[in-house]
Amino acid sequence: MAASGAVRVLVALLSGALFGLGLAVLGMMNPAKVIGFLDFAGKWDPTLAFVMGGALLVCVPAFRLILKRPRPVLASGFALPSESALDARLLGGAALFGVGWGLSGFCPGPAVAALVPALATGITPVLVFFAAMISGMIAHKWLFERPDRGVEAGPARGTEGRVT
Amino acid sequence: MEGFTPVSGLVGGLLIGLAVVLFLLLNGRLAGISGILGGLLVPAEDTDGRGWRAAFVGGLLLGAAAYALAAGGIAVRVEAALPVLVVAGLLVGFGSRLGSGCTSGHGLCGIARLSRRSVAATAVFFGVAAATVFIVRHAL
Repeated sequence: MAASGAVRVLVALLSGALFGLGLAVLGMMNPAKVIGFLDFAGKWDPTLAFVMGGALLVCVPAFRLILKRPRPVLASGFALPSESALDARLLGGAALFGVGWGLSGFCPGPAVAALVPALATGITPVLVFFAAMISGMIAHKWLFERPDRGVEAGPARGTEGRVT
Repeated sequence: MEGFTPVSGLVGGLLIGLAVVLFLLLNGRLAGISGILGGLLVPAEDTDGRGWRAAFVGGLLLGAAAYALAAGGIAVRVEAALPVLVVAGLLVGFGSRLGSGCTSGHGLCGIARLSRRSVAATAVFFGVAAATVFIVRHAL
């Protein structure tokens, strides 16, 4: 599997590049644009609905076909989340994320990709947001994901079963 | 700059959709950014996943850089003050990990999989984000 392991890394690079290019094309690295989409009471900009529409147009039918395969092309199995409960952690986490997204206009993908213009032209707020976001992720890791704490013990635990 | 841009929105959405589909078809994984990032941070438990995670994040930067070179830059206008960005960043980082996903993992991959959890999470974070924008822009 060593050879296909290297190919999987290349695929990740290519997927990431397409993803980053897409974010740049649609203007998602610009928080002002994202907030314009979330501002229904202001001058609402529906662009992001076209983004979701375009992406789901590809993904919904493609996912149906792909997940009928016994396994992916380059790996021994699909790594998909197995949980199904609508629990407090899911909904509470989504709510916290929503407050942060609404306050800033940044979600994780664009915050990473925006490091490019931020580092090129010195946009401090992007760097500040990125550092805080990574700190929040590390805080979660220390609180909830330490193996010795056993908080999330069980077969569904771990990065394998996580969505984003 | 921030006007309605349906064509670039659609093209960008198709590119992102293609990225997500390739990743699932070839590597068997969902392209959820907060999960990919989270797996790179300390303390790491999934060390053999670091290569592809780092490659995906590197790809994100490369894709953005390619666009910036071709288009002569990328527009970024941040309205929030720095202390607000610190709070927002902490909430986005912590909340996306607590809720097992963000815009890409739940909003795109999860909905494409018709996952009940992702549909619920997406409804919550969109609703809460819109309410937050309303309060900040129109009520305060």
